Amino acid sequence: MATLLIADVAEGRLGLDATAKAVTAVRPLGDVTVLVLGPEAAGAEAAQIDGVARVLVAEDHALAHRLAEPAAELVRGLAGGFSHLAAPATSDAKNILPRVAALLDVMMISDVTAILDESTFERPIYAGNALQTVRSRDAIKVLTIRTAGFDAAAMGGSAPVERVPGVSDPGLSAWVEDRVAKSGRPELTSAPVVVSGGRGIGSKEGFEIVEKLADKLGAAVGASRAAVDAGYAPNDWQVGQTGKVVAPNLYVAVGISGAIQHLAGMKDSKFIVAINKDPEAPIFQVADFGLAADLFEAVPELTDKL
Amino acid sequence: MKVLVPVKRVIDYNVKVRVRADGSGVDLANVKMSMNPFDEIAVEEAIRLKEAGKAGEVVAVSIGIRQAQETLRTALAMGADRAILVVAAEDVHQDIEPLAVAKILAAVAREEQPGLILCGKQAIDNDMNATAQMTAALLGWAQATFASEIVVDGDQATVTREVDGGLQVVRVGLPAVISVDLRLNEPRYASLPNIMKAKKKPLEEKTPADYGVDVSPRLEVLRTTEPPSRKAGVMAKSVDELVDMLKSAGVV
Repeated sequence: MATLLIADVAEGRLGLDATAKAVTAVRPLGDVTVLVLGPEAAGAEAAQIDGVARVLVAEDHALAHRLAEPAAELVRGLAGGFSHLAAPATSDAKNILPRVAALLDVMMISDVTAILDESTFERPIYAGNALQTVRSRDAIKVLTIRTAGFDAAAMGGSAPVERVPGVSDPGLSAWVEDRVAKSGRPELTSAPVVVSGGRGIGSKEGFEIVEKLADKLGAAVGASRAAVDAGYAPNDWQVGQTGKVVAPNLYVAVGISGAIQHLAGMKDSKFIVAINKDPEAPIFQVADFGLAADLFEAVPELTDKL
Repeated sequence: MKVLVPVKRVIDYNVKVRVRADGSGVDLANVKMSMNPFDEIAVEEAIRLKEAGKAGEVVAVSIGIRQAQETLRTALAMGADRAILVVAAEDVHQDIEPLAVAKILAAVAREEQPGLILCGKQAIDNDMNATAQMTAALLGWAQATFASEIVVDGDQATVTREVDGGLQVVRVGLPAVISVDLRLNEPRYASLPNIMKAKKKPLEEKTPADYGVDVSPRLEVLRTTEPPSRKAGVMAKSVDELVDMLKSAGVV
């Protein structure tokens, strides 16, 4: 029993929080080998995560942007010695791992929320409205881990780091450019506090009051699909079934009605606060603390008083 | 260029699902079913490619129970030219896994030789987000997932992808599999005359055996349960009261 865990790497840096949470999830399955598709420095950082037995670093041009075709070939080539292949459920992992699974002729097990034993896993279906427990019959289990429900493993480890050869690029696709949204705020999926805005914000400019409250709380900023579709917020802020899944200590929903698809991305938050002028909005059914009020008055007042 | 569009019949996205008390699954009897919302976006994009002169024929494919032909008729009414239904299940509660679907789609693609397979990024029932990637793998084709913009130019496509940090642009050689995200387009409604015309468009019926694919599941579903429910919260009457609540709960 051994797991190959593909680390979260973005722009040449280790996504420590997501990787450390995934380590916690898969550690009961035996030895954890972390694969870093990125620079040596990211590998060295991964080696310090408690519970990591070994780190493999593959850095070459073909893998620089984690294009699915070369990355999947590399992972398939390394899969032989492992009973489990896993990764935090990031957009990169969702792109690469199902391709690996098909190459190995095994099923994909997406967004695992609990590992019950070596072949039994729990995952949400129907936008989180049901939890399914599945037992895999496949020889190799390929999983993405929904990290929101796991604590990050501590640092203090000192696993050996080995370089592994890259792969020859099959040349099926090419990277053109990244358009990365820059923000000085905490990363949405790992932030302890998230403040999200919805359609009720009314405009891109209106989002400033959400951002001000977020900055006061040291929070990440999220958005509902309606707010993203309307152009009030960038797509990578979207929380929900098809966006990011978060489970912060505090989630503040501003001007969000609480559609099923949005709740799927935040209903495991420890405390939920909702501010919405419609007292009948479904968001109040999941909120611990609610305030039915005009957000344009209530949110600046709340920001001042905190 | 021919475009193949896989579409799935799923529970309507507005329906609040009910988990059966015996843990055997989600109740789908007498529940409104519709085309998976992401697949509508894929159909729309395929039709727009055709309207722009970049695609010749648009072929919709669905795999599941016989009633999935309603979903295919919807795709035909939107503008697809013909449809293939692979009847792989007798019971609406039997969800064919992405691996088996990908094997069937790969076989259909080998037969039909499309230049592009356009599909939804995930089905809103099993939330797997795997079929496109698996199909690309089985065919040895390029993949571009979570597309919010697709520009087809000759034998390649430039695709803007929605990724965690923002957007990524990739170029894929055709044939390729592209999975679409929510912001790619706004699907059209089928007009009544087009719904009538769709009834006359060809719909071919097949079985997994026709493609030599075994659809038996790799994942055995042991049980399906309701997620833990949250206990009812309290409403504050003013911002001051909300601040007090947050402070006494120790969250700020």
